[in-house]
Amino acid sequence: MNAIDVRNLVKRFGDKTVVDHVSMSVAEGEIVGFLGPNGSGKTTTIRMMCGLLTPDEGEGQVLGFDLRHEGLKIKREVGYMTQKFSFYEDLTIEENLQFVARLYRMSPVDKHVADTLADLGMTSRRKQLAGTLSGGWKQRLALAACIMHKPKLLLLDEPTAGVDPKARREFWDEIHLLARGGLTVLVSTHYMDEAERCHRISYISYGKLLATGTVDEVVKNAGLTTFVLRGDTLNEVASALEGRDGVDQVAPFGTTLHVVGSDKDKLETALADIRARPGVTVEAGETSLEDVFIQFMAGSKDNMP
Amino acid sequence: MNGGFSLTRLGALLSKEFIQMRRDRVTFAMMLGVPLMLLVLFGFAINNDPKSLPAALVATSNDNYTRAIVSALEMTGYYRFEHLVANTEEAESLMARGDVAFVVTIPGDFARRVARGDNPTILIEADATDPSVASGAISTLGTVASQALLREQGKQAEAAEEQASRLQVIVHRRYNPEGISQYNIVPGLLGVILQMTMVMMTSMALTRESERGTMENLLAMPASPAEIMLGKVLPYAAVGAVQVLVVLPAAKYLFGVPFIGSLTLLLFSILVFVMSLVLLGYTISTVARTQMQAMQLSFFFFLPSILLSGFMFPFRGMPEWAQALGEVFPLTHFIRIIRAVMLKGAGFSDIAIEIGALWLFVFVFAGMALLRFRRTLD
Repeated sequence: MNAIDVRNLVKRFGDKTVVDHVSMSVAEGEIVGFLGPNGSGKTTTIRMMCGLLTPDEGEGQVLGFDLRHEGLKIKREVGYMTQKFSFYEDLTIEENLQFVARLYRMSPVDKHVADTLADLGMTSRRKQLAGTLSGGWKQRLALAACIMHKPKLLLLDEPTAGVDPKARREFWDEIHLLARGGLTVLVSTHYMDEAERCHRISYISYGKLLATGTVDEVVKNAGLTTFVLRGDTLNEVASALEGRDGVDQVAPFGTTLHVVGSDKDKLETALADIRARPGVTVEAGETSLEDVFIQFMAGSKDNMP
Repeated sequence: MNGGFSLTRLGALLSKEFIQMRRDRVTFAMMLGVPLMLLVLFGFAINNDPKSLPAALVATSNDNYTRAIVSALEMTGYYRFEHLVANTEEAESLMARGDVAFVVTIPGDFARRVARGDNPTILIEADATDPSVASGAISTLGTVASQALLREQGKQAEAAEEQASRLQVIVHRRYNPEGISQYNIVPGLLGVILQMTMVMMTSMALTRESERGTMENLLAMPASPAEIMLGKVLPYAAVGAVQVLVVLPAAKYLFGVPFIGSLTLLLFSILVFVMSLVLLGYTISTVARTQMQAMQLSFFFFLPSILLSGFMFPFRGMPEWAQALGEVFPLTHFIRIIRAVMLKGAGFSDIAIEIGALWLFVFVFAGMALLRFRRTLD
């Protein structure tokens, strides 16, 4: 049984279709990255999956419960970490955890709270108001509170926005640890490095699911060709290439220039005179996930409503 | 377990709400300080039967009869002659400026007419822009003036005789023989204070969660609408109870309002009233999207409820349609209850209908709130 199995989810706000026939399956114990630009419908899709929004169309099961009719059962088994810190800032860390523990009717409350505090390493700071925590600690507290009731599915909505690299690394280690214990995780993110830490990724743009699979699959299926250019006159080269037929992206990466196109032959033709320039070398390069996403974003702008 | 209602979860919501209330010191202080402040302020300030009003006297002669009339008027307590003017123009301008509420004109031939047995006349002009200011003072006039005149003429015996032969109307001012405004105002004030704090606080209950972004989290967790509702309103009902403990003794000991009814009956009625208020506030919070909207909706509700409830103006003085409108405010029924119980010693059967009305509000508001409550963010 898949932890998430939803088909053709549609959500409209007014006359704007925010989620447009999105289908998604996530196997148990899998970590799936949910990617897409701002306003692409990631949050709305996640909210539909945990029963916070009712889909206008579509159906499916989350943890085997019907999405439309068994919202309460889903809520009890799902941990949802919101994009914005949404615990009580005027309650202490301990009081927030107690609140959550009681709402899920965990018993004994004190032991669960004490264990969670110990795991977090926050036992000595338990009397601190949650509002006074730094971004990284708020995120850790939120995660701890979300997994306290031992959910089977964890939905994370841009959990690492505004968190420093070390805290992010630790956060992801924790996620992998949880997944090894059988927890299924769906996590939305902007960061490519985070996407690469997922078992699979799904890319959504303007409400439409554009690609899904492992990172390698997504890169391969995108069918992009990338050349890496090196040399001294790259600025000139970049402006010369901009807009040429067959050249979709020109992006400087440090001392190199990445040139990406979806049609290999056209790209070769476009680069022919550059190859001839003295002092510039052209080599075939690896297409990165980021290149693919930039390509998706450029492509989906055309069908933007 | 399946959805349903859980005391554990309600407990979690209640203790969370109490902690937040305690931490929000300004609001907390306001909830306890404001009632006392309002009670003292309005209890002492509002007076429906104003006395010692400034008056001007236009009198050209200074004879016995004129003096007798003037002192009799001053004795009523309503008139305080501050200006003695010679002509009517001057008196006119005093009144137009609002310096005096009355102009009493005693014509120069007054004494002569009395002596001749003619019909003597006195002109009293009252500033009736505020009718309630003038009414008390005017109502005492007729008898006071004629008795003073007879007394001055040495016709005490005649006066008594005349009075005996006339139709006697005996008036008993029941429950408040001295007509003390505070007896009327202070019990009503408890209702108004409770309404203000209860409705305003609870009207922000849900909007505050939405604005702080905590609503999303709360909805993602398994709390039922009824649990959330009770978790939000009960703490404020407790605050209401504390306010009652402050205001009731103050009414008795500070203002000397008589309390002849049953305390248990009154407390029970207050409990129902408070429940109807917090649920009303909560209903508002299910409608409003922001705290600002919640405030506006509450204020939109406050003014008509205060003006049409019979708290400030006589309920029976309003046209039928306004009375019908007044019935839809819990405050109207509560004011009837508290005045009946405190001042008249009414029993349960006397106020059963009013208590029934309050219960009706409780159920209607609770039902509306539960129907309106959005379990999703849609």
